[in-house]
Amino acid sequence: MSAVEASTRENPLTPAIRKTALNAVHRQMGAKMVEFNGWEMPVEYPASIGCGIINEHMAVRTGVGIFDVSHMGDIRLAGAQALAAVQHISMNDAARLAVGQAQYSAMLYPNGTFVDDVIVHRLGEDEYLLVINAGTREKDFDWVRDNTRQFDCAVENLSDDFTQIAIQGPKAVDVLQKVTDADLGKVKFYWVTCARVCGLVNILIGRTGYTAEDGFEIYIPSDEQTSERVWNEVLGVGKEFGVVPCGLGARNTLRLEGKLPLYGHEISDTINVWEAGLDRFCKMEKAEFIGRAALEAAKTAGIKRTLVGLEMTERGIARDGYKVLDGSGREIGYVTSGSPAPFLKKNIALAYVPVEFAAVGTPLKVEIRGQGAGAVVVPTPFYKRPKKP
Amino acid sequence: MAYPTDRKYTKEHEWIQANGTSASIGITDYAQQSLGDIVFVELPKVGAELSGGKTFGTVESVKAVSDLFAPASGTVTAANGDLATSPEKVNQDPHGSWMIKMDLKDPSELNALLSAADYEKFVAEEAGH
Repeated sequence: MSAVEASTRENPLTPAIRKTALNAVHRQMGAKMVEFNGWEMPVEYPASIGCGIINEHMAVRTGVGIFDVSHMGDIRLAGAQALAAVQHISMNDAARLAVGQAQYSAMLYPNGTFVDDVIVHRLGEDEYLLVINAGTREKDFDWVRDNTRQFDCAVENLSDDFTQIAIQGPKAVDVLQKVTDADLGKVKFYWVTCARVCGLVNILIGRTGYTAEDGFEIYIPSDEQTSERVWNEVLGVGKEFGVVPCGLGARNTLRLEGKLPLYGHEISDTINVWEAGLDRFCKMEKAEFIGRAALEAAKTAGIKRTLVGLEMTERGIARDGYKVLDGSGREIGYVTSGSPAPFLKKNIALAYVPVEFAAVGTPLKVEIRGQGAGAVVVPTPFYKRPKKP
Repeated sequence: MAYPTDRKYTKEHEWIQANGTSASIGITDYAQQSLGDIVFVELPKVGAELSGGKTFGTVESVKAVSDLFAPASGTVTAANGDLATSPEKVNQDPHGSWMIKMDLKDPSELNALLSAADYEKFVAEEAGH
């Protein structure tokens, strides 16, 4: 047996691997650690404590799980022209945000492809926090700084200041409520608040996440002692709700079921907004923003390929990078993310295919070890969380 | 977990238990732990000719795809069909879950493989890295 796992490949040329403040805790808990975008992160916790990707995934769908997502980056923009700066570098309309509200957005290159996707939080009248991906932290910060110089607005990289913990699942609210004085019932999805958490004052709490489930992300000081204390307290009070620690493995399968894009997979510097199907987060009617002109032209020209959801109809698991074939076996596209879906109990994938193959119900094939295995285009997201009664 | 001494092991983490010229093959506890939740096992058909050190199948966990390597040469006499529907059995009982049975071409090929004690030492080193 010899595992081929892209995320664990070691490159001797990469600089020292980075660790979050919770690294020692993950190791103590027996987590399997992998390299992810320059960070050493837990991919899953051991079966001996009731974990493993499938159990972790199911805990988030049916109960609650917690994730160390401190590898995510944070950029603060503050100043009289902070809104104008955010509007210039992102495609969603930040002018629609009330103080305390957040939105999914993306930063684009002039050609309409992705610098990164981002959650924009409006923290104050003239203050915004962009939460960005681990693999693009430095690139994103440089991009934001270089492209906002003309605005009266300070740009700060706060990425190393926070330990970011995600508490996700239908019971996340019950767990977090035990350690905060915020009235979480009043914090709506994609809103934020500041409150006391585990005795720490003025902690940012966002009702956000990357699991297609209800949940929260909290931003606490990044010193080891505080980070460990909060992690352990959340696990402790969460016991009665069945909380489990979750790694990047479950994070990936959860986001895939919900069709949440991952940079370098569904979005990248070679894919534009229309191809990625993120139209509803791109507000062409707002004032000029970087990438807008190219998107206008791309819309007029019409797109050639689009992101679709696939479900395997024959035995086999589609994986990232596998070829997509038409019925006659001709290569027409590729899988951006593919995996067994633990909650749906199906083998699913996201793939780019020419628009003429994108209709729901279109039979396609995925090339797995030289053989075409049957798949069909299905509606996405694959999973949608049930509406609250 | 203790590695049974009634069989031999490969550095690619397969085990082979031989009785004369017939042998059973599976993957080790270390292998199933490294892979995580196993969701897919693809095995050769009965009658397939295997050569030692070459791939004979695939095992997949939620996250990883791994080749299976034949510990020795021979002809497949059985493939464990249970694993197609219940691949998680490999996680639950790796040393009891045989994947294929084969007729060995030359049982002396097994002499080159690791004993349980040597394999245990080998994985301890690998895990330490």
